[in-house]
Amino acid sequence: MVTASTLMETRSPAPNLRPTLPAAEAGRPAAPAAPAGQILIDIDHVDFFYGASQALHDINLKVEDKKVTAFIGPSGCGKSTLLRCLNRMNDLIDGTRVARGSIKIRGIDIHRRDVDVIELRKRVGMVFQKSNPFPKSIYENITYGLRLQGVSNKARLDEIVEKSLRGAALWDEVKDRLHASGLGLSGGQQQRLCIARAIAVEPEVILMDEPCSALDPIATAKVEELIHELKTRFTIVIVTHNMQQAARCSDKTAFFYMGRLIEYADTQTIFMNPGNPQTEAYVSGRFG
Amino acid sequence: MSTELSAGHVFQARVTLAQRWEQACFWLFRGATYLVLLCGAVVFLNIFVKGSRTVFQPTAPFINTAFFTESPESLHVFVWQGKKMEMGDREHRAFVAQHPEAAKIKTEDYVYSAGGIFPCIVGTVLLVVGSMTIALVLGVSAAVYLNEYARDGTFIRFVRLAILNLAGVPSIVFGLFGFGMFVLFFDWNVSLIAGWFTLAFMVLPVIITASEESLKAVPKGFREGSLALGATKWQTIRKNVLPYALPGILTSSILGIARVAGETAPIMFTAAYVVRDKLPWDVDKFSDFFFQGVMALPYHIYVVSSKIPQNEYTERVQYGTAFVFLLIVALIATTSIVLRNHLRNRYKW
Repeated sequence: MVTASTLMETRSPAPNLRPTLPAAEAGRPAAPAAPAGQILIDIDHVDFFYGASQALHDINLKVEDKKVTAFIGPSGCGKSTLLRCLNRMNDLIDGTRVARGSIKIRGIDIHRRDVDVIELRKRVGMVFQKSNPFPKSIYENITYGLRLQGVSNKARLDEIVEKSLRGAALWDEVKDRLHASGLGLSGGQQQRLCIARAIAVEPEVILMDEPCSALDPIATAKVEELIHELKTRFTIVIVTHNMQQAARCSDKTAFFYMGRLIEYADTQTIFMNPGNPQTEAYVSGRFG
Repeated sequence: MSTELSAGHVFQARVTLAQRWEQACFWLFRGATYLVLLCGAVVFLNIFVKGSRTVFQPTAPFINTAFFTESPESLHVFVWQGKKMEMGDREHRAFVAQHPEAAKIKTEDYVYSAGGIFPCIVGTVLLVVGSMTIALVLGVSAAVYLNEYARDGTFIRFVRLAILNLAGVPSIVFGLFGFGMFVLFFDWNVSLIAGWFTLAFMVLPVIITASEESLKAVPKGFREGSLALGATKWQTIRKNVLPYALPGILTSSILGIARVAGETAPIMFTAAYVVRDKLPWDVDKFSDFFFQGVMALPYHIYVVSSKIPQNEYTERVQYGTAFVFLLIVALIATTSIVLRNHLRNRYKW
């Protein structure tokens, strides 16, 4: 089991946004051979700033392939910020920067100058806290990303729409009204539509930013079930306020507090036998 | 007295100072509203009543079609066989040709008091369509840049301030600017294109400010959702932001249309002719179309109200033109509103 502390020695010395790839590669041990435990995202000593205020302090974390990794912690602890770093959504906010460290996906630093952020976001999809289906039909919502990539073959689009909706466990509910507006769906269906939209472009990673925070328990249960199914095909990183949710659907859990990664381990360890007293206080509900 | 009142129940109504103020303020606000309504009604009724004498007629087809389809011409008034005759210039020439003895009769002539205002209608429509096209293209592009691309900084704040200041510039100053810039410096002379740009610059601040507001009203989630699917910024704006901002942008441009159609000062040096016999499409080559002056409704009202001797006949033209003018602005505005509502229903969230 790879924990943050055991991997400290791989720290890259490069202080800027773009450490040279070969140097960083050289200092890193070969990825484990087991396909499920392979490191997909390597967050290495990341400091992150919103203008002058530091939101993340020296974050070290490795996300494994085809696993569900949960980020938990009280509000403002930086977990969403870190999540949004992974597909560089923070680029959209003025004055944000990764001041130190690197984030590598499949060994490639995503802040390198020759990284196309568009290509990155196709590979690293995202589902937002507030479900945001576009005010278009369900069909158009799903095909949005594909059409951007120039897919216009009707049969192929139809096929992907069905596959994605089935993948998001929404097909049976909406198959008769694919051309009705996505806004006509219930909150939980809307969120699953957003998940379907994200998986339609076949990303490797799906980032979920509190996907169930606005949903009732039944809709939440459906999304959680969905996460279980999706992890055979995708690597999932989920930010959640709901500790039971993290316990139910994640393989690994990272606990953040005040912009620092306090503990990162198997979900079971975090909830049953946390190594850090702060983690224990949080997961047992004594604060946060 | 107080003892009698306090004898009542807990919720006993009593007249207090606050209640008097309440009443006074209520009537003040209500009165102000009705006063405004009254003023508006008087203005519209005045134009409607006086203008309808010119625009409508008691015999079929009940609408004075000549007023809409002919050019302005002089009115000749004379006495013929004991009867008072009123004739437009063309009619009078034909009459004289028929009755040569009529040529000797002395006529009273009133310029622009006969015929119609067709060239002015055409000119105004051309000015509105052209300048709004330029203003929308420039304004929406600028708004997209300011709201979607530009990072907030001193420079951008300065640009916004400059745009707001531009909105406060009097229209006659825009006229002077257009005259100096387009008519003289670019050597476009008094022409449609000079008028288009002058008017466009005048409404630009309104369009930019309102477009920015409409863009801001589009939820951030639409942009993030699109970008997270691997869309470029422009793809996001084109497919997922602009369509939803369009109804708001159109609403603002409706106000712009009324202003562009109505302003006299910016076009009097740049685009408007007092009178022009040729219609805008009577041009030798296509490029000449842009470099010709036109007649325009507001300028025509100005000319017939202040540049020619006033009499009972000029009033007909003045109010007739004003009436038609209001009709046309209302027509263009209605079209935009219908279009906007159509878009709003299509792109609502």
